[in-house]
Amino acid sequence: MLPALIPAFPFLGACLLMLCWKRVSRSAVTVIGCGSVGLSAIVALVVAATVAGAGKEPLVQHVWQWIQVPGFAAGIDFRMDALSVVFTLVITIVGFLIHVYATGYMHDDEDYGRFLACMNLFVGAMLVLVMADNLLLLYLGWEGVGLCSYLLIGFWYKDPANNYAARKAFLVTRVGDTAMAIALFLLFEYMGTLNIQQLLREAPLLWDKGDPMVTLIALLLLGGAVGKSAQLPLQTWLPDAMAGPTPVSALIHAATMVTAGVYLIARMHVVFELSPAAQTATAIIGAVTLLMAGVSALVQTDIKRVLAYSTISQIGYMFLALGCGAWSAAIFHFVTHAFFKALLFMGAGAVIVALHHEQDMFKMGGLKKMLPGVFWIFLIGCASLTAIPFVTAGFYSKDQIIWLSWAAVGGHKAYWLAGVLGALLTGMYTFRMFFLVFYGEAKTKVHHIPGAVMMVPLYILAVLSTIAGFIELPHTLGHVTLFSNWLAPVLPAVQMAQESVALEWASQLISAVLALGGIWLAYVWVLKRPQGMVDFLSMPGQVWLQGFWRRGWDIDALYDALIVRPFVYLSNINRKDLIDKIYTGAAQLTEACHNVMARTQSGILRWYIMGVVLGAVAILSVLIWRLHEIS
Amino acid sequence: MNLHPTTAGLLLAGILFVLGLISVLIRRNIIFMLLSVEIMLNAAGLAFVVAASHWGQADGQVMFMFILAMAAAEVSVGLALILQLYHQLRTLDSDEASRMNG
Repeated sequence: MLPALIPAFPFLGACLLMLCWKRVSRSAVTVIGCGSVGLSAIVALVVAATVAGAGKEPLVQHVWQWIQVPGFAAGIDFRMDALSVVFTLVITIVGFLIHVYATGYMHDDEDYGRFLACMNLFVGAMLVLVMADNLLLLYLGWEGVGLCSYLLIGFWYKDPANNYAARKAFLVTRVGDTAMAIALFLLFEYMGTLNIQQLLREAPLLWDKGDPMVTLIALLLLGGAVGKSAQLPLQTWLPDAMAGPTPVSALIHAATMVTAGVYLIARMHVVFELSPAAQTATAIIGAVTLLMAGVSALVQTDIKRVLAYSTISQIGYMFLALGCGAWSAAIFHFVTHAFFKALLFMGAGAVIVALHHEQDMFKMGGLKKMLPGVFWIFLIGCASLTAIPFVTAGFYSKDQIIWLSWAAVGGHKAYWLAGVLGALLTGMYTFRMFFLVFYGEAKTKVHHIPGAVMMVPLYILAVLSTIAGFIELPHTLGHVTLFSNWLAPVLPAVQMAQESVALEWASQLISAVLALGGIWLAYVWVLKRPQGMVDFLSMPGQVWLQGFWRRGWDIDALYDALIVRPFVYLSNINRKDLIDKIYTGAAQLTEACHNVMARTQSGILRWYIMGVVLGAVAILSVLIWRLHEIS
Repeated sequence: MNLHPTTAGLLLAGILFVLGLISVLIRRNIIFMLLSVEIMLNAAGLAFVVAASHWGQADGQVMFMFILAMAAAEVSVGLALILQLYHQLRTLDSDEASRMNG
């Protein structure tokens, strides 16, 4: 019964909290909210050990027959194989740390219990997504995380802007979800099943490589992944999703939601392998997204939006790796990214709380002395995100992707170029943020030093962000492949087009130099010669360009012009249609009659009598007339 | 002109009824309106009695007994209402009592 317990605990916690959070004490709410995720983390570790001990044999559990009709069956079936174990561990452990942090961050909020209930539900839905054995159950979890993101982004619902952001996240991801639903229908139409293992086994028998139908299905699946993972062209919801509380952002960006797309593509890798066109599309989307989001991150003023664009950019790296067929590299980057992005978000949350909910980086500064603990963990997170060589987890995962984007069969020099340029951008935007926040002169007073509840999860994540990289080292540096070995039963190894140690060294050197160069540029930009940069940036074209980048390449405005406004226009036309006129006319007629009748009720007795008399005369006249006719 | 007794009685009843009706309609004093209603009731009663004698059956006379009883009850309730009305409004003008208009 073990696998089913993993999502069961968070769901149980969510139910309990929803029913009674107003009636129990805050400490009880804390225990339920964190304990449920903590318990499922423990069970996940046990299950992982079981799977590892059984020679990586997947653990399959049938819980309940969900749907059973002729020709179709779907169950609540959980499958723990190497891939879902990795995701489950990251979701539960990082999720648990985020929950603990959230109890400190949200403790004074009046809707504390509602918050933890939604967070539990979020974790539970994500666990269902990664553990599902058939695509229908996966889709249930998929929609579940969509719902929870809506609930949590709009958590502070009294501000209309937050509701707008929540609605936007819900609707934009729904576009991708529709594509994915169509892909599911097509898969069922052609294969007669939605069981993932059966699909992966039988798809190569049914379709040749490059068959148009399998390309269509892969592209539709990619559409779903693009929506959830906030890739081009559906990335616009993620920066706005920063309206939610900071622990929510950490959860969405690190452990749940945006990684769902990466999981889906990795899980359905056979379908993607059958369609080179879809793989190329995935790689191109990843490469373009990582550059566009990196450039946008460069000019943001809000600390959380920098991190949001950085997530889009890093997920772009994962898509690039998936598109090149480097499946395990993408998952490896997902793991390290989960650690350091959760760390960065929660570090940013600590800064925001310390400065009394100030999010503008240009109003921060000089925090190095005032928040030394946060300074160090933030430095570790930034270093990992920038991929500082040798000592950070981000280096090992990102360099693997950059190298494979060239060397793999699906790779291309252009992908590699996008990857290393992305490394430069990452260094620049990350350390621009870092220098703005922690160096220079203080512009806002520190109100509140974050307590141990918030800091301890950060320390743990800081350690993980550093050491998690050592489980997978490249050929050039020791050649440890624990992680890809672990995933080998589920995900095929990457096909190499060229194996050249010298080229790999060169690639690593270039990306490391560019990452460090990015840091140096940020240093010059923010600290050494800010005036020169200000002069450069206030040149006429620059001002417009910066605004353009800050608004996320005006994708929002594009959608507004292409979709929203025509839709509103059409719905306005439709509002005045003929059928409605009939109903409106009926309503107006009734109202007019009512007004006439209401006037007769004057309260003057003699009018009433007059009415009675007239009525009596009328009835008598009719009667007499009828009698006359009959006789 | 030689009228049949029944016709004459029904004519009288009709005239009385119309007189009472007109009086109800044009009077404002609520006591007079009540009186007029009584006249209309009696006109109806007369019609019943005439009809009973025309067909040689006692039903109409029994009906008149009912009308009398009902009129007595109605007058008692009506007078009570009039007293209350006067108490509240200090007038007997029925048009003044138009608070229940829609």
